[in-house]
Amino acid sequence: MENLYDVVVVGGGVVGSAVARELSRYQLKICVLEKELDVCNGVSGRNTGLLHSGILSGDQPVRTECCIEGNAEFDQVAKELDVPFKRCGKLIVGFGEEEKQCLQQLYQHGLECGIPGIRMIDADEIKAIEPNADGDTGIYVPTAGILCPYTYTIALAENAAQNGVEYHFDQKVTAISRTPGGEYEIQTENGMWRSRWVVNCAGLFAYQISVMLGFEAYVPKRVKGEYEILDKKAGKFLSVPIYPAPGKAGDCDIHITPTVDGNILVGPTLEDVDETIDYSATQEKIDQLMEQGARLFPRHVKREYFIRNYAGIFPYVADPGIQERVDFQIQAREDIPHAVNVVGISTPGLTSALPIARRVVEKVKEQEELRPNEAFNPVRKGIVRFAEQTDEEKMRLIEEDPDYGEIYCRCECVTKAEIKQAVHNILGVSTVSGIKYRTRATMGRCQGGYCETRLTAMIEKELQQDVKDILLNQKGAYMFVGKVK
Amino acid sequence: MNTREVVIVGGGPAGLAAAAELKALGVDDILIIEREKNLGGILRQCIHDGFGLTRFGETLSGPEYSQRFIDQVKEMGIEAITNATVIDISPDKVVTADTTEGLLKIQAKAIVLTMGCRERTRGALAIPGTRPSGIYNAGVAQSYMNLFNKMVGKNIVIMGSGDIGLIMARRLTLEGAHVSAVIEILPYPSGLPRNIEQCLHDYDIPLYLGYSVIDIQGEPRIERVIAAKVGENGKLVEGSEIEFPCDTLILSVGLIPENELSLSAGVVLDDRTKGAVVDENYQTSVPGIFAAGNVLHVHDLVDFVSLEAEDLAKGVFQYLRDGKLEENEIPVCAGENIGHVIPQKISGKKDIQMSLRVRKPVGRCKVVVKQAGRELKTVSMPKAIPAEMIQFRVKAEAFVSSEPVEVMINE
Repeated sequence: MENLYDVVVVGGGVVGSAVARELSRYQLKICVLEKELDVCNGVSGRNTGLLHSGILSGDQPVRTECCIEGNAEFDQVAKELDVPFKRCGKLIVGFGEEEKQCLQQLYQHGLECGIPGIRMIDADEIKAIEPNADGDTGIYVPTAGILCPYTYTIALAENAAQNGVEYHFDQKVTAISRTPGGEYEIQTENGMWRSRWVVNCAGLFAYQISVMLGFEAYVPKRVKGEYEILDKKAGKFLSVPIYPAPGKAGDCDIHITPTVDGNILVGPTLEDVDETIDYSATQEKIDQLMEQGARLFPRHVKREYFIRNYAGIFPYVADPGIQERVDFQIQAREDIPHAVNVVGISTPGLTSALPIARRVVEKVKEQEELRPNEAFNPVRKGIVRFAEQTDEEKMRLIEEDPDYGEIYCRCECVTKAEIKQAVHNILGVSTVSGIKYRTRATMGRCQGGYCETRLTAMIEKELQQDVKDILLNQKGAYMFVGKVK
Repeated sequence: MNTREVVIVGGGPAGLAAAAELKALGVDDILIIEREKNLGGILRQCIHDGFGLTRFGETLSGPEYSQRFIDQVKEMGIEAITNATVIDISPDKVVTADTTEGLLKIQAKAIVLTMGCRERTRGALAIPGTRPSGIYNAGVAQSYMNLFNKMVGKNIVIMGSGDIGLIMARRLTLEGAHVSAVIEILPYPSGLPRNIEQCLHDYDIPLYLGYSVIDIQGEPRIERVIAAKVGENGKLVEGSEIEFPCDTLILSVGLIPENELSLSAGVVLDDRTKGAVVDENYQTSVPGIFAAGNVLHVHDLVDFVSLEAEDLAKGVFQYLRDGKLEENEIPVCAGENIGHVIPQKISGKKDIQMSLRVRKPVGRCKVVVKQAGRELKTVSMPKAIPAEMIQFRVKAEAFVSSEPVEVMINE
């Protein structure tokens, strides 16, 4: 039967893509149903891009365990999947006696969790590690690192696709039922999909899918975070992320994080929000980012360096009974056969994605014997970035493909060759932001002023799209109303 | 490695004018490097007329204006490579360009920076609201419409009254779109009076002065813009919000000289212009590297860009002939109600061309050039507005000492 899969993964974020990739190690027909037009449009693409150590994961054992495991293996993962990554360490800094005590407690907690290499440091040592940081007391966390969250998610998804996983976009799941024969019928806005297994990795909407599958009705406790991206000119002044001492809820308020690409992120502000998905920036939070950011990173959080702002929403959920935030949930139940429910994956979901995926595979194996996929290849190659090559390598690339000799995005130095490869990506994504996330085109200080016209022309030509069908990032986000008369 | 007497980075109006003038002065070994497929720079997309009144005494379209220089450069046999992007300039004047033929490295004796400017973006202003499609910088919209044959929207709001925004208000109207408002945060327009007249008044497009865009709403495509009146204290006036429904927001909120390559060459920039600090020869802080046109400071008329670049050529010629230029020690400072002055350093021994802008509009006034407490020159103006660059020459004889020179507005 058409559309019959062994496994349907709901959600193409970092967890869904990691699950799809890990399941593709076995002989299974798998597809990912994603409601957006690309992977990582939700939580996975809207965060700080930090490889966490686990020290901030609180008293939640699964969260902490997955994080430590994911952290330890990431050098290998980054190599396999060709994902830029820096194990730069991290500073958590405090001002005054109260924050000092808070940090000492956190340090003790870190030791109990077995976070490797952490140590308490004083003002001088803070300055020695990062001259542009401030604070009286700090914890240095050597295992923390930085990575690009969407590059990583795309890499997992592409590796899954290489190994046979199908991605279907614009497929918002509206209902799930189980036939008497034991198959799942997954209804989306655009079709019906049948599968023997369902894995819920729906991120912000996982609590809804959870109910559709018959699992617990968790209560969403979402937290919105706004960020500001600073110019690479500011990025030169920071080598490690700087976090403030955590607040009462254990959340770390506005921190300063260098990105692997050389920018700086200021944020997130933290604000409890309802179920409306609203990624708007607000004046109040922009002002707050400026003010609090300047406390941690004096002199360099200034308007002149503003590139763009963005917001993300953390998909915390609460237990319906006690109404408190729950640990990462990775569940299978006897009365709901062939379903794995992954709920409450907030930070550090990025770090934990592969460990979570392996736990999902274990749940599947408890109910069914899986045969290895002998053809599985864990290695994925990304688009070669011209800007990061030596002159000799640049010359070789141009000789191989003259399209490397045409700069399309001047700020990030992205060539036509890279854009063309991105337009023909293996997942079949055709939005302008899809190209952006795969190449960094439009991400510089001119924000596409120079290259966006070239990107849309490339989509039009290479994918034979009518100009009215060219989309910025999502359904309905049309760029043009037609041709000029 | 290839060597060249002069490498000109950017084949727009400034680069072309500098090249032609250098050749006329007898410099033969010139290379223009242009990233687009054709020479002409931003003028290629400026299909409206009004160019050339000062330089040629007649009104031309952008492409016509630039074609005159392109033809001249070609006739003079000046070499230009297009579709080649300079990706690095080193302090010792090695220019690296990315081309389809390979990575081009040239050791230049002198470099002329004429890269133009870029537009300030929504992100740089941190305007609150959603992130929908349908928000375009004015120059990007102009490029889409005039070079790529793509229509950006039907119901338009324009934020900022910069010249490109005004030009686009008219252009969009002529293409059948409805422009409902131009919203300017300042109490006076940023664009030229003639553009306010010919692009807004002639088409009954309302201009909201002293209004700030405080929110952008709608998703996936923009649906409306909220603006509010800015009071005299700089705070928003409560209850003054106006809602403008639209499917497109065009931003015309300022231009910034494009100096990433200048920085890689070690050129010192001026905080006010965001362009290089130059002396009376248009030489930057790096000997042998010169800058003119919008990369130096943003102009309002291309005619002045051409004239400035022609002026620059004399300095480059002298530098090549003598191997160096005399260091200019006298600083020129921007005084009362002056935004910036070019050049920032002079010798006091040469006639100089001063270019400046006022910070705030004033009526009848005098521009005064002072040194050591003495008025060296005064220029009477019926009015002065930030939108219009002020230029005049000061004779070498006027300078009396090596003390700093200050330029100010006396009302």
